[in-house]
Amino acid sequence: MMATFLRRLYFTVVALFLAAPLIVVAGVSVNEKQDLAFPPKGFSLSWYGQIFFDAEWRAALIASVTLAVTAAALAVAIALPLAWFLWRRIAPWANVFQILGLAPFILPPVITALGMLTFWATSGFYGQPWTAVISHAIFFVTLPLVTLSLGFASIDRSLVEAASTMGADDRTVLRTVVLPLIRPYLVSGYAFAFVLSLNEYIVAYMTVGFTIETLPIKIFNALRYGYTPTMASVSVFFVAVAALVFSLIARFGDIRKLLGAMSSES
Amino acid sequence: MSGLVLKDIVKSFGNFTAVDTANLAVPHGKFVCLLGPSGCGKTTLLRMIAGLEDPTSGAIMLDDQDITPVPTHKRNLGMVFQSLALFPHLTVGDNIAYPLRIRGASRDEQKKRSDELLKLIHLPGFADRPVSKLSGGQRQRVAIARALALSPRLFLLDEPLSALDAKLREAMQVELRQLQQRLGITTFVVTHDQREAMTMADLVVVMGQGKILQAAPPIEIYRKPADAFVADFIGMTNLLDAETDRAGRVSVLGQAIPDLVMPAGFTKAAVSIRPEDVHLGPVGGDSIGGTVTFVRDLGGTIETFVEAGGKTIIAVATPRERPNVVAGQQVGITLPADACVVLKS
Amino acid sequence: MKREAPKSIADYSPLFFPGLMLIVFFVIPFSTMIAVSFFLRDPSGFYTPDFVFDNYARFLSVFFGRVLAFSLMLAVMVAICCVAIAFPFTFLLTKRPRKVQTIWLVCLLSVLSLSEVIIGFAWSTLFTRTAGITNLFVFLGLMKEPVALTPSFWAVLTGMVYQALPYTILVLYPALVRLDPQLLEAARTLGASPPRAFFNVVVPALRNTIVATLIMVFVFALGSYLLPQILGRPSHWTLSVLITDQAIYQSNMPFAAAMAVFLVLMSLALVGLTLLVGRKENAL
Repeated sequence: MMATFLRRLYFTVVALFLAAPLIVVAGVSVNEKQDLAFPPKGFSLSWYGQIFFDAEWRAALIASVTLAVTAAALAVAIALPLAWFLWRRIAPWANVFQILGLAPFILPPVITALGMLTFWATSGFYGQPWTAVISHAIFFVTLPLVTLSLGFASIDRSLVEAASTMGADDRTVLRTVVLPLIRPYLVSGYAFAFVLSLNEYIVAYMTVGFTIETLPIKIFNALRYGYTPTMASVSVFFVAVAALVFSLIARFGDIRKLLGAMSSES
Repeated sequence: MSGLVLKDIVKSFGNFTAVDTANLAVPHGKFVCLLGPSGCGKTTLLRMIAGLEDPTSGAIMLDDQDITPVPTHKRNLGMVFQSLALFPHLTVGDNIAYPLRIRGASRDEQKKRSDELLKLIHLPGFADRPVSKLSGGQRQRVAIARALALSPRLFLLDEPLSALDAKLREAMQVELRQLQQRLGITTFVVTHDQREAMTMADLVVVMGQGKILQAAPPIEIYRKPADAFVADFIGMTNLLDAETDRAGRVSVLGQAIPDLVMPAGFTKAAVSIRPEDVHLGPVGGDSIGGTVTFVRDLGGTIETFVEAGGKTIIAVATPRERPNVVAGQQVGITLPADACVVLKS
Repeated sequence: MKREAPKSIADYSPLFFPGLMLIVFFVIPFSTMIAVSFFLRDPSGFYTPDFVFDNYARFLSVFFGRVLAFSLMLAVMVAICCVAIAFPFTFLLTKRPRKVQTIWLVCLLSVLSLSEVIIGFAWSTLFTRTAGITNLFVFLGLMKEPVALTPSFWAVLTGMVYQALPYTILVLYPALVRLDPQLLEAARTLGASPPRAFFNVVVPALRNTIVATLIMVFVFALGSYLLPQILGRPSHWTLSVLITDQAIYQSNMPFAAAMAVFLVLMSLALVGLTLLVGRKENAL
């Protein structure tokens, strides 16, 4: 049928569009020599090994992962009580905090990065590693905030009322009903923030770029100064990690629902 | 007194009065139905008994203790919600055992009670099933079992059967009533279905526009409705304007009804008479003259629609007493005095 | 657990940590930046606190006027292209079976992990003369000889559309997946062909979502600072590029801050204007 063919064509074109850069990057990553040729000259997986065996790349990898793990955790730690408060209480003025939570992500990254730079420079902590953690946490707080708001909104309030008729006080309801139902949204919010933090360049650069090299910073430098296919293999590696993380979430949870679908059997 | 007492309960939301001065006394062990059309305040009243809403004024007493300030989780009740509110993240058994679990009961105690209740609701062996894999009727019963897990003092149900199909509903009404009688627990059910109320209740509380219009056993509500609204809400009825004729007797459609007295202070009145009490016979005598417009033979009952004096009167009879009439025929309508209720209109 | 207003200090407690963090680490930095924009640039180092409008005065030049106009125009085009591609795509996606949707969603989320640098690099490779896609077109007979498509405006546009597309799809997804299918069915029973029903029913029904998404992509595109550099000529550099340049390479923080404030105000104004026009339309 014509409609089916057109639809398939449309999807294929979009798929190719999205995949094209990935194909290029994957191709570059298997170059035999230290050459960013595409199509690749020769075939070698050694550049994947470089990520772990080259001291500089490994240091950058560890720095990025550490930053991502801690920043995402902090972002969730900020977002959870806020989303909980907005759901639990009627307090219209508190919505200002919600806007503050959404703002960092909506503003152009360079502005947030600049703001952080001036702040840390003025306060004298410029260059310390933990400033990157806080900066990233604030920058990415929007993601867990949005997923958690979605999650809280999806809780049927009659479940909460039923629990209290059965003798559960506020804390018990939180512990036995709300948190278990929120957990998937916590996980997806964390995963989002984690993946994005791994690949974030400018905020990291502006806050600690002169003292620590995260992977995106190293890639950017590699692009400018020392062409090496390792930067391509790193990117492929990251995409693979993201794919793995999100596949796991899809496998053990309902990713459609986490991204906004109503729960249904359709 | 022992039991639940509502004293002058009022609930307002801003300018809107959801419940207007409700007074009610319910002895222990009774099955009460809060009955009325949507928006009449019955659910609000139930939620106040549960403590999920606070009354704007008034008091709720349970066994002579004022429970109005007591929070929901301390009121020792069991409640079934309209959406059933089964916890999706717990199995059937864990749902039922939830009230015990949060009070620190051991795993064994939880399992024992859970199995006991599953047997009571005829679902043995369902303990490990996820809630999503149950049929509508099964979910119903699990919600009931969960509410009864701790043998509460009050059992509250908010339109519990509205999501079930007709046949299952009728079966569940009987089951629920039998269960309540077995356990002897004070029960409040909110419903808009008067058949349901008639089936299950010891006491029917008819509500309209926030007010309690009548609280009485089902048959009393049926036979002696307090006003025109109640009469029309419960079952089918004929509501006819009543006048006093020159001799001081109550007359309907120009025909006096002997032995029927107009209560003092009634300026405008209506007479309510159930279709099964309307007698159809040949024209003449003291009967009201009318023309048959429609005959509905439902097999088990026969409804005859008669037009008289611009109004339509419905008479219902069993096949054995079938009036042999056809559309267009002239008949005489007799309204026996003992079946008539004079209501303020 | 009634949903009611907070009564005691303890009730407000969940707000303390997030509130503190957001105020200290977002509001203050942002305010600091606004303050710095009024400072005087110190040639030897950072800057000296002052209150001058010098930095803002530099805007009133033709050069910045051009850069601003270009940045806005580019962002608008990216927004329109993204939504035009993503909206029908996401709509069709929500009609596919669950498994297909899940696979696509995982893929889209994975693509998000490509950093701007890599996207720039990959597209610049794809657009080169020697190894780019023009070779494919020559092979297919669509072109006579391979051509370098970069650096160029269209390369920048393509790169930015690529970067924003997964976000656009994921933002449109909740709204489209919850759309009542009976709306379309009703339209079809009334005689509208599927494409007609789509344009006459789905698009108007989701007008607010579309506008919100356009705004989101617009703001997102305004923030792009690497792609214009990698895929375009200096004439294609946006305001964000200049801001970064001034802040880091020219060590002119006050000027960079002033441009940043200006950019934010500009975006807010445009967003506000769009919403205002939309509201007027609704009122009519």
